[in-house]
Amino acid sequence: MRQLLRNTNFTFILGAVLVFIVVQALISLGVLNAYWQGIIFWGAAITMVSLGLNLIYGFNGQFSLGQFGFYAIGAYASADITYRWVRNDPSALVVVIFGSILALALMFGVSAFLRRFYGVATLTKFLFNFLAAVLGFFLAVRFVNPAIGKVIYAALNALPSGISQQLIFFLALVGGATLAGIVSYLFGIPVLELGSDYFGIATLGFTIIVKVLLDNTDTILPFPEMKGARGMVGIPKWTTWPWVFICFMAVVLVMRNLIHSSTGRAILSVREDERAAELVGIDTASQKILAFVVGSVFAGLAGGIRAHDLAFLHPTTFGFLPSFNPLIIIVFGGLGSMTGTIITGFFWIFLLEGLLRLYLPEGFETWRFVVYPLVLLLMMLLRPQGLMGRYEIAFLRRPLPPLRVKEASPVQEVIPQAGEVTA
Amino acid sequence: MKGRPENLSPEVEARPVILEIDGLTHYFDSLRAVHDFSVTIKEGELVGLIGPNGAGKTTVFNLITGVYRPTAGSIRYEGVQLIGLPSHEIIQMGIARTFQNIRLFANLTVLDNVLIAYHPHSGYGLADSIFRSRRFREREKAMIERSQEFLEIFGLADRQNDIAGSLPYGLQRRLEIARALATQPRLLLLDEPAAGMNPQEIDQLMELIHFIRDRFQLTIFLVEHRMRLVMNICEWITVMDFGEIIARGKPEEVRGNPQVIEAYLGRQAIR
Repeated sequence: MRQLLRNTNFTFILGAVLVFIVVQALISLGVLNAYWQGIIFWGAAITMVSLGLNLIYGFNGQFSLGQFGFYAIGAYASADITYRWVRNDPSALVVVIFGSILALALMFGVSAFLRRFYGVATLTKFLFNFLAAVLGFFLAVRFVNPAIGKVIYAALNALPSGISQQLIFFLALVGGATLAGIVSYLFGIPVLELGSDYFGIATLGFTIIVKVLLDNTDTILPFPEMKGARGMVGIPKWTTWPWVFICFMAVVLVMRNLIHSSTGRAILSVREDERAAELVGIDTASQKILAFVVGSVFAGLAGGIRAHDLAFLHPTTFGFLPSFNPLIIIVFGGLGSMTGTIITGFFWIFLLEGLLRLYLPEGFETWRFVVYPLVLLLMMLLRPQGLMGRYEIAFLRRPLPPLRVKEASPVQEVIPQAGEVTA
Repeated sequence: MKGRPENLSPEVEARPVILEIDGLTHYFDSLRAVHDFSVTIKEGELVGLIGPNGAGKTTVFNLITGVYRPTAGSIRYEGVQLIGLPSHEIIQMGIARTFQNIRLFANLTVLDNVLIAYHPHSGYGLADSIFRSRRFREREKAMIERSQEFLEIFGLADRQNDIAGSLPYGLQRRLEIARALATQPRLLLLDEPAAGMNPQEIDQLMELIHFIRDRFQLTIFLVEHRMRLVMNICEWITVMDFGEIIARGKPEEVRGNPQVIEAYLGRQAIR
């Protein structure tokens, strides 16, 4: 037993299961009311978004402000799927799922084709991939949906309603996340070529574009049910604690396993010194795209969770100011620390949206945007590396490989041992 | 043959060409950095490139490794044209380089620095790492073991978990060479490996360069400033000044060349 407890994987799983059971029990017993439940779900969603941003900025060194744009895409896409589904319209589900599959397949084909040429310009690459994605979704709208929409609807409704609802919710989350991933890939191809600061500006532009499009979903875009700037109402409230928990753990595990692998080290090397990474044979462009897409998929998934908890989406939720929240969280928690992001992410929502709203006088919300920057300023002055620095709890830390047992090697004599002389 | 001194031994001349640079010219806007630079290097040679500050030596390395795209000229590595290829593909073809001012991944561990250079040979994909498949575990273990062997060769084995930036200067130089060799090159470009070293350390470095050349069967092309190193280990030398080649030949010939003395040694040798 003691040995088991020393095994970090075991203790982590044990801890996670305990947290799950305790929260579930509190919800079932009615100790946590709907408000606090919402705070927990919101905290999880924001933490997922922030983890994604930490992968992009903290681990890969690409300063991004676009995370809320992908959060919005995930939220609106998955909300649209379920919104239409409960109104007996499977079109959104079919289009998003099959469109994504077709788009991914076409983009994969296009990329494989372009790889046969040397020196393909970035814009060419972007254009080809963009056309492939557009074609994929066009085919889904024009042919796949009329052809098999009804069949899918009938098939899913043949299932018991509880199961079909969970399945639809799952597909909606996956669809939202995939769509965010596809958009981030297309956006990332040309924009990641820019240096880090320019990339930050471009991603900020992206968030603003998404916000404006969402303001006009019913006029410019053909989605009257999203109701533009009036806000989308009538989304089924399907987010439950098990869903939140599963998605959250999936994000944490995928991120941990990704970082502690050869690819993860390549991602880190881009942050450390992009030129040097390129010159030890690492394809830095694709590492940047990879981190960007994975981070955006996390944000898209979080968007789906949030949308089906709130049951109401409004473009201002994804506006300019709130889009700084994930950035503040990861800087606060420590760039390059998953532990820090998780702690700060939950803490941020608990404190600012939970406690402060409940216990401070009305109207204090207005002051939050004075308090945030002040806190951030103090943080930068007193502890620039963030609360946790690069600290990780044991489960999220990379185990340092043990030293090799030294054998007497003939080589040691050939090479003079370096003196401790410093230059 | 173009780009080589005339009087090298026939045994060396019979070897295959590994790097052939012809008419390489590069302008930074209107500033001519390299002009009509030609060098042909055969397998297993140890060739030096010297010249005063700003002569364009490092630019030549940057052109070979694809950091810049030359204005004109050709660079062939084992017969393949390198111009237009991205840097990482050039490196993966078997050319490795170090930097004049050390560029380690300073916040990562010593072992990670070497492991990163192994990444193109990791042999497992994204899905393997996310699901921690058996292939991931096996390959990862093999990668770590091979990297540790490298560190052992360079006398860094007991510092593998130290942060690279915290190593003393001499060890950082070694780690950079170790990292370059982990990319499994056949041609190694060393950019001022002796910068900032004292004479004793330079002697150690010379031994190290000889050792890695024999052990990994490398061809080495090095840019250097320090005469002590270049004169002792290079088989032949090309001298650059203001972006052009002004002389080439064996160390003792170059040492006596009046043009070289004027351009370079004349100003420096007085010290």
